[in-house]
Amino acid sequence: MSAALTAKDFATSQEVRWCPGCGDYAILKAVTKTLAEVGAKPEDTAFISGIGCAARFPYYVETYGFHSIHGRAPALATGLKLANPGIDVWVVTGDGDSLSIGGNHLVHALRRNVGLKILLFNNEIYGLTKGQYSPTSRIGTRSPSSPGGSIDLPLSPGQLALGAGAKFFARAIDTDKVGLGDVLKEAHAYDGTALIEIFQNCIVYNEDVFASFTDRKSAAETQLRLKQGEPMLFGTDNEQGIRFNADTFSLEVIDAKTGSEQILRHDETNKVLANMLVELEAPVALGVIYKNAADSFEKAWHASRKNGLNRNRRVADALRSTNTWTVT
Amino acid sequence: MGSQFIASTALSGEDFATFPDYPAEIRAPIGTTFGVSAYQMNIGADPITTAGDKPDVLAAFNPAALKVSLPLLDDGALLIVNSDSFTARNLTKAGYEKDPRDTGELDSYQVISVDIGRLNLESVKPFGLSKSDGGLCKNFWTLGMLMWMFGRDLSPIEAWLKAKFAKNEVVRDANLTALRSGHAYGETAELTEAMPRFKVSKAELPAGEYRGITGAEALSLGLAAAAELADRPLIFCSYPITPASQLLHRLTRFGDLGVGTFQAEDEIAAICAAIGASYGGAIGVTSSSGPGIALKTEAMGLAVNAELPLVIVNSQRGGPSTGLPTKTEQSDLYQAVYGRNADTPIPVVAARSPGDCFFAAIEAVRIAVRHMTPVILLSDGYLSNAAEPWLIPDMNQFAPIEACPVPVPGDNRDAQGMAFDRDAETHGRPWITPGMPGLMHRLGGIEKDIHTGHISYDPRNHQRMTDMRAAKVESVARFIPDQAMELGPDEGELLVIGWGSTYGPIYQAVQEIQKSHANVGYTHLRHLFPFAPKLREIVGRFNQVLVPEMNMGQLSTLLRDRLGVVSTPLCKVTGQPFLISELVEKMRSMLPQVVIAANESVARGKVQ
Repeated sequence: MSAALTAKDFATSQEVRWCPGCGDYAILKAVTKTLAEVGAKPEDTAFISGIGCAARFPYYVETYGFHSIHGRAPALATGLKLANPGIDVWVVTGDGDSLSIGGNHLVHALRRNVGLKILLFNNEIYGLTKGQYSPTSRIGTRSPSSPGGSIDLPLSPGQLALGAGAKFFARAIDTDKVGLGDVLKEAHAYDGTALIEIFQNCIVYNEDVFASFTDRKSAAETQLRLKQGEPMLFGTDNEQGIRFNADTFSLEVIDAKTGSEQILRHDETNKVLANMLVELEAPVALGVIYKNAADSFEKAWHASRKNGLNRNRRVADALRSTNTWTVT
Repeated sequence: MGSQFIASTALSGEDFATFPDYPAEIRAPIGTTFGVSAYQMNIGADPITTAGDKPDVLAAFNPAALKVSLPLLDDGALLIVNSDSFTARNLTKAGYEKDPRDTGELDSYQVISVDIGRLNLESVKPFGLSKSDGGLCKNFWTLGMLMWMFGRDLSPIEAWLKAKFAKNEVVRDANLTALRSGHAYGETAELTEAMPRFKVSKAELPAGEYRGITGAEALSLGLAAAAELADRPLIFCSYPITPASQLLHRLTRFGDLGVGTFQAEDEIAAICAAIGASYGGAIGVTSSSGPGIALKTEAMGLAVNAELPLVIVNSQRGGPSTGLPTKTEQSDLYQAVYGRNADTPIPVVAARSPGDCFFAAIEAVRIAVRHMTPVILLSDGYLSNAAEPWLIPDMNQFAPIEACPVPVPGDNRDAQGMAFDRDAETHGRPWITPGMPGLMHRLGGIEKDIHTGHISYDPRNHQRMTDMRAAKVESVARFIPDQAMELGPDEGELLVIGWGSTYGPIYQAVQEIQKSHANVGYTHLRHLFPFAPKLREIVGRFNQVLVPEMNMGQLSTLLRDRLGVVSTPLCKVTGQPFLISELVEKMRSMLPQVVIAANESVARGKVQ
């Protein structure tokens, strides 16, 4: 056997063509590193994408790769999973690709729980088409197609996913090697649709849109890093915590010292909690927000058949499985 | 009240003859058992093709009625079955061991199973009739549904009912309501409209083992057969649409034949999942009707660029837009041949009869795999529903379906390039699928270098790739048999060219005209794009060409485009197939008037 693969073995000969400084570089690095760490076999791994900056991703990973059409990657990936459930299928998409033109396919992949790891690069802008506002852009976003500021309400990927029946939803920041690496590994191990919203910095059209919570200097105060079973603490010295306020029916920040017994512990299987966590604005919840084990669609699909996709019977027999008669 | 109701509702021949639109014949019940009563009526569509006293339609209100009346029917007849009466008890009473709808003994017929009893009672509920009296309205409920299926106007029957039950308002209104409800049901359930059938008499059938088959069933079996010939699973991805859904229903039952089905969230997802399945090494198939095919268009381009096999089945219906979902047309030929952005050629084949759908499906898969290309298979609403006796083919007659061989991975060559090492004859590339070690490559919708397979924006390369894609589709013609004559000589005065489901009426019409004009030939196209070899030569040996089509002349355009042939179109988009008489009349009008010509010659002689 050859030696274990490294992140470099998952790089292709192709020159990476994202803008210098684009968050995609960091994500690519984290993904190839994860593939090496989990011992992924290149021939049993496929990256499927739609259209957009993120969709160039498959060209840069030395596995199987399919750069398809706008928004349709989850549908194409579903077909691949049905034909060959043994392939580790990653879908790379952006906020325009998966929440606008391809919203329907994302919703249905999630509700079916197809075994796909969907990396949603959310930069709240259309990059490839030169900076128009996207379905996740905040109200008032000025762009070539909204010079006076956008007026439509942004869509929350987390709320959409949970509403669609997602069984795995996580969040990470593009340049956060550890945080992103951790959720990528959890997603890889998950048997179903694992949706990861990655806050991705578009340095050309929407720079620093997430800076309020991604800035490393203030990160401790602005990020809530979730760990299963651990208390929800944050701050430089974990001096703050999250509790449930039964009067307002919402989560709120409290002083960790005075209210330590009220601080919630993260339960990633609790969907009600997950819904509240995706709503939380300060701090922003990161990590695996929701995860519940369930059979993948392709597993159920194959199990519903006697012998998978194998033939138990010849067509010659099926042709005669009805009344026949002979003309002489 | 009850007996009066029965007496009034029982239809007599005299009464029915009063329908102005209805040359009708009502006969006494034939071969009654268990108190089965029947009425037979002749709607009289086409004088040439309507078999004398064999009904085209049977509405069986219970299993006993089915058992008694079934022998009266020819293969292919339309069976309306009152499904809520098919209880275990009724089946036993009628002498059926198993539900005949499940045993295959009805395969030769077009069967429509409807809860007539329940739906009828529901419709007449407001009139407060007893269950048995209300139940009697089901004759009119069923008649209403049939009127929908035959595209007939309800008003003559309504007028008759109003006159007949003038003195009994409740009975009048209940029957009127039942009639309208049945009609509305047909429309809402998008029951495909019935059409005259074109029968081959049993005496003409070649010897062999037969079964009954509908177009949808033959197409499903054909796809399964193709997958078996390719020794791969078949994954059928579809979104429900009239009249294409039947394929999904049938294929779902073929799990043991290596067939998997996926009901997608929309038409686009359906084709994309099929492409994904093909990418994974299965035979990916998607299916729809015109409007759904339009939605799939972008993804067809992806399959062309990715050089993956894919079959797109179009069960054509009347359009544009939602159009006439239950009516048949052949109006998606332009869409199939020309209907995509950019230079995106895709081979197109068409089925011509219910049983022929089997062979057309195998041909479509064979082309798709051999050339690594999407293929469009045209069927239509009529073919899907129509049933006919079918000579069961010997599976050994078919050659295996093979793709260009997968290369052995090597250190000397980049796997990216090996994935696009195309066969010189077919332009098909190796079908390398995820899971194969050492052959990892990337592909997609962006133009790629013709050799290395990497993304390429080089203008000269794009020209070469565009030429290659065109050459690939043209190369299909080198692998198919020469165009052959269906009927008549391969040279003469008039050549009739048909395609798709007009085969039946054209065949019979040409047979008819040949009694007086032996110089009429008929050829029918399986391959619409590209055409089979020698079509141009055949056309060149006739003075005139007639193209009857259920559209506004789309094949005529294609013939002009591809062969430079000027033909006479005969167009019909009424949702009804050609009548033999109108085809004969048209051919006659185009043929030299033999008698007049002779007289003229004599006249000229006199002058000289």
